[in-house]
Amino acid sequence: MERKLAYLKRIVEDSPFDQTEVVLLTEDSSLTRFAHSTVHQHVAERNATLILRGIFNKRIVVLTRNLFPPSSVESLFEKALSIAKIQPPHEEFLSLPAPKPIPEVKTYFEEIERLTPRKKVEALKKLFQKVKGKGLHASGSFSNGVVELFVMNSLGVEAYQKYSDLVFHLIVHDHYGSGYASFVSRNPSSLDIDSLAQEATERVRRVPEITIEPGEYEAILEPYAVAELLSFLGYLGFHALAFQENRSFFCNRLGERMVDERVTIYDDGLDLEGLPIPFDFEGVPKKKVVFFDSGVAQGLTYDSFTAGKEGKESTGHALMAPNTEGPIPVNLFMKGGDSTLKEMVRSVRKGIYVTRFHYTNVVEPMRAVLTGMTRDGTFLIEEGEIKTPVKNLRFTESVLKLLSRVKAISKERKLCSEGTVYFRRFITGVVAPALHVDGFYFSGVSQL
Amino acid sequence: MKEFIENILDMAKLKKVDYADIRVVRRQKEEIEVKNGRIEAFVEEEDSGFGIRVLFHGAWGFACSSEINKREMERVFGKALKIARASSRAIKGKVFFPQREGKVDQYRTSIVIDPFQVSPEKKVELLLRSEALLRLRPKVKISEAFMGSYKTDKIFASTEGAYIEQTIIECGAGISATAIEGSEVQVRSYPNSFRGNFATRGYEWIEELDLEKNAERVAEEAVQLLSAKPCPSKVTTLILDSSQLALQIHESIGHPIEMDRVLGTETSYAGTSFLRPEMVGNFRYGSEIVHVFADATYPGGLGTFGYDDEGIEAQRVPIISNGILVNLLTSRETAPLLGKQSNGTMRADGWNRIPLIRMTNINLEPGTWTLEEMIGETKEGLFLSTNRSWSIDDRRINFQFGTEIGWEIKNGRLGEIVKNPTYTGITPTFWRSCDAIANRDHWQMWGTPNCGKGEPGQVAHVGHGTAPARFRKVQVGVMKNG
Repeated sequence: MERKLAYLKRIVEDSPFDQTEVVLLTEDSSLTRFAHSTVHQHVAERNATLILRGIFNKRIVVLTRNLFPPSSVESLFEKALSIAKIQPPHEEFLSLPAPKPIPEVKTYFEEIERLTPRKKVEALKKLFQKVKGKGLHASGSFSNGVVELFVMNSLGVEAYQKYSDLVFHLIVHDHYGSGYASFVSRNPSSLDIDSLAQEATERVRRVPEITIEPGEYEAILEPYAVAELLSFLGYLGFHALAFQENRSFFCNRLGERMVDERVTIYDDGLDLEGLPIPFDFEGVPKKKVVFFDSGVAQGLTYDSFTAGKEGKESTGHALMAPNTEGPIPVNLFMKGGDSTLKEMVRSVRKGIYVTRFHYTNVVEPMRAVLTGMTRDGTFLIEEGEIKTPVKNLRFTESVLKLLSRVKAISKERKLCSEGTVYFRRFITGVVAPALHVDGFYFSGVSQL
Repeated sequence: MKEFIENILDMAKLKKVDYADIRVVRRQKEEIEVKNGRIEAFVEEEDSGFGIRVLFHGAWGFACSSEINKREMERVFGKALKIARASSRAIKGKVFFPQREGKVDQYRTSIVIDPFQVSPEKKVELLLRSEALLRLRPKVKISEAFMGSYKTDKIFASTEGAYIEQTIIECGAGISATAIEGSEVQVRSYPNSFRGNFATRGYEWIEELDLEKNAERVAEEAVQLLSAKPCPSKVTTLILDSSQLALQIHESIGHPIEMDRVLGTETSYAGTSFLRPEMVGNFRYGSEIVHVFADATYPGGLGTFGYDDEGIEAQRVPIISNGILVNLLTSRETAPLLGKQSNGTMRADGWNRIPLIRMTNINLEPGTWTLEEMIGETKEGLFLSTNRSWSIDDRRINFQFGTEIGWEIKNGRLGEIVKNPTYTGITPTFWRSCDAIANRDHWQMWGTPNCGKGEPGQVAHVGHGTAPARFRKVQVGVMKNG
């Protein structure tokens, strides 16, 4: 680590720019995929990425390399300067952030290093045996990694964090249907594959699915489904860039009660219940930001650029440069309620139980209208009991309106993550409760 | 480099692996994003590394690293072997991987102007000029222009004697105008949404796109959408422009025909397919006028290359003929299950990913109609253009799309603009309702540079050649009242 820090320091010190930022992200990871109870893909990766952001007369350049011998630093500067010089100045840019104390958070668990290919495969073999005993197959993925993040800038920011993460997705299935369970944590010792198998297996009912007519239904949404809806709210409206560009559903509505008063949604990058990292990709410590406080629209996330435009301080939500999407919150939480999932189901006379959604996308951003399909465990609830599995349903619904029609929120919350890693390992998660909502609009059904 | 590679392949043979390959990949990327008169991002990226794939004791292992040197290659080979050995303890049957004679060859994208040799000044000026034209309409509050250039140099070598060097060059560009008034936000883009249109071509492709010429229309349509009436909710006749049809093909034909999805090996992330191997040769996918090819050889297509990442040459294969499913996208491992040989679709997203079955250019063959005739012979319906949103279930049956803009069709003429258009359907029902496809004059290639699949995630660059087409009895306007 010291060698890497010294290398980054040299880049910053030698840099010809007015301001310079370097981010180094190293990754040592592995992913084991299985389908129909057989391991079919098993991969390991070691990579390191250097991102140089230089500011020269208010012109901003970002250069990314994964090969960076010290001899190449001069040519890196030359390239960056030549690109900077052709740009018009970015008048709204004020400054990279100045250093601030970074809180200590435990994000690395050395048990992750003990997950050898052999140990992972042995754990999977046991899983395959377990579900086979129930006449089922297992498909899914088992991913683990260690990442080191360094952020340094010419104003004195020096931030370093090592973190581990483990993601386990499990789908158990037979020819009738499938059930899902997943686990994500920085701490691998809390992985319990047996209980995941139990959870997923309970959702496979071994009887043919029935077809339900599209329409409005009461619905129980498991945390997996709720987490997906919340992450879209974060992307569409909770951050300052969307707000400043007048394309956030929060525009002209801050201070207004927009959703049910039991709804409190916030971002907290320090909370150990989520996937904490104590600072952002500009090295700014993360602040807790509340978006809905008892239903009232309240706050936004900022990076140094969007904060500078409003004369505010960054909340520590910068993403990896170059980020043109805005300071999207990546540590979302929804406050739990006072019901249990069982109580919520018992209170439904006729409704739909949804485990998770698939391929959700935005239909109308300003109303947060989304569409997507249910997947891996959709059931009809009748007279307070989960009855028959139903064919997957399409929903087309405003999440904001949905949050205004909340009937109950579960006490229990779960950390949920797709665990998707495109390009570089940066796994995010949402801590969500289950929701009981009224009038959920299912607009179609999946059937041949 | 060749020496390093041969060292690894020799080691693989000494260890008596069933098969091994190594890919050394270097990628360059330059992306310029202009927004509201300023450079939002100028990104220059280089990424290099190698990946080793080993088949040992009937199981696969893969490991990779960004450090390209002999010692690291040997470490990574050892890791891949260790992974394969471990994986072989949890497989139902050994992988059958048919032998092929390894090819020694070179391939390079045919281009006129290398986009990396065009000065950044020239590119920035073009984008700033085009983007400024969007801002001439005061209600356009966000104006954007984008250009990307990409170059991939890769060496593929295998224990079968293959040594293939390829250079793939791609570029693309686009503009978009976001008009905002009160709580109404509407976007129009050219030539396509989500950053533009992309091709395996040189800078001549950017020049042909003629961004400036289209800027005024794009801005005007975005503003018109602010006061347009909402898309009606009804079952009607639908005509899709070729860019939206490209995504329709991508989601409802391209993905379901991937053999790995058919076999269930993408269950945990991207999903499966409603197709089964036994449906090949007899399943009516679409109407008799629907003919689809997977064509990795089409000049300029974003899914065009010389060889896939298993060393199989690029091919043009029929997928749907006269509406009947006749083939799937396959790999060396999966094709024998259809009694066929691989049709060369295994591609990896860089050195640090394993090859997966990916679309190449999945093209709908042109029909006989002109677009004018198609609209002229439609009494009532909608004409929709330019994708805005997409969603489809994990078996690729129930889809829903939104487009940026729509026009009513009444008595054979385009009428009023409608905003927020959406349509939904069931894959085979929809394709069987296709009763008109426009001719070669309206046919063009669309590049999709953001096709996600696999774990860890991989982004593939694929293409779709399409002309506008007409579909009957389609549900449009999928929205709850209020």
